[in-house]
Amino acid sequence: MTDYIVPLLLLLSSAIALRKKENPYDLMLTGAADGLKLLKSIVPALVLLLTAVAMLRSSGAIELLSNFCTPAFRFFGVPPETAMLVLIRPISGSAALAVGAELMAEYGPDSLIGRTTAVMLGSTETTFYAISVYFGAAGIQKTRYTVAAALLADLTGFVMASVTTRLLFST
Amino acid sequence: MVMSWIWTLFLLFSVIISTFQGRISNVSAAVAEGAQAGITLAISMAGSICLWSGVGHLMDKAGMTDGLSRLLRPVLCRIFPGTKTDPQLRKDLSANICANILGLGNAATPMGIRAAQRMTDPTRPGIATDEMCRLIVLNTASIQLIPANVAAVRASLGCETPFDILPAVWLTSICSAGIGLSAAWLLGKLWRHD
Repeated sequence: MTDYIVPLLLLLSSAIALRKKENPYDLMLTGAADGLKLLKSIVPALVLLLTAVAMLRSSGAIELLSNFCTPAFRFFGVPPETAMLVLIRPISGSAALAVGAELMAEYGPDSLIGRTTAVMLGSTETTFYAISVYFGAAGIQKTRYTVAAALLADLTGFVMASVTTRLLFST
Repeated sequence: MVMSWIWTLFLLFSVIISTFQGRISNVSAAVAEGAQAGITLAISMAGSICLWSGVGHLMDKAGMTDGLSRLLRPVLCRIFPGTKTDPQLRKDLSANICANILGLGNAATPMGIRAAQRMTDPTRPGIATDEMCRLIVLNTASIQLIPANVAAVRASLGCETPFDILPAVWLTSICSAGIGLSAAWLLGKLWRHD
């Protein structure tokens, strides 16, 4: 069933655009060019951060962190291997992508840990970045309970990513 | 500045811990490997990022943003009562949420900022309003139709069904948005303006 989602989405959006007398091919080209620009802007960060993450991994620091976090993660039902990802996700989007890509390569994209990593990356955001950008632009100094509520949403995301992956994929 | 601290701390921990574990030669080798992995990752995601950025742009221009905002209007009115009296706020907010859903993160941010600016309370400058907190929570829950980057990474690692995580991603996002909004609502009741 999930195999239909992506091809149908592509077909439907083009068909709808045609019906509205728009030019889907040219629109896609414009968007794809923007994508290339976006990619160019994140490549340097990916190189630096994957270097740092590879160093951390080979030093044994990530393993140590996972072991240290194991009791807390077990309590929430989240795989301890994802400790590094969980800690970095609210702070930096590109660092989270680097850590996540490394995790998926290490354990395999179809492993339970690999899938949990993918769901975590897909369903959470860079919380502190969003807070600083939006509140900075609106001139807010007192954030009241925003950080608490947003971090609770993140925690829910990490726990639910583990739960849904286990429910839908463990055989 | 945050990134400089993260970068330096990563290096510091690598050096200290590898020294204790006798793995400094591995760390030295990992420097070159990691840099190369950064380029490999970027190239393996390039196709997907371009394609989905194109699809997002197409869906926006094909009127899916307008359709989505119509669908979302009843929900938005509940979460952000201010949208009932301020049509511009409603427009910015639904554009922000729709762009996030379609995966156009770069387009979503300016509209979210405009919405946040309209949500300020002139009688209490510098203090976050309840609606702003809810806007942040909704944005951090990352409700997204197609997480293209993640799917691209999975595909590059030889996964045959990179999109099979979609239902899990949707379910997770909806739960975290729900819990986050409930928490914000509850805390808003408890945390009076002072």
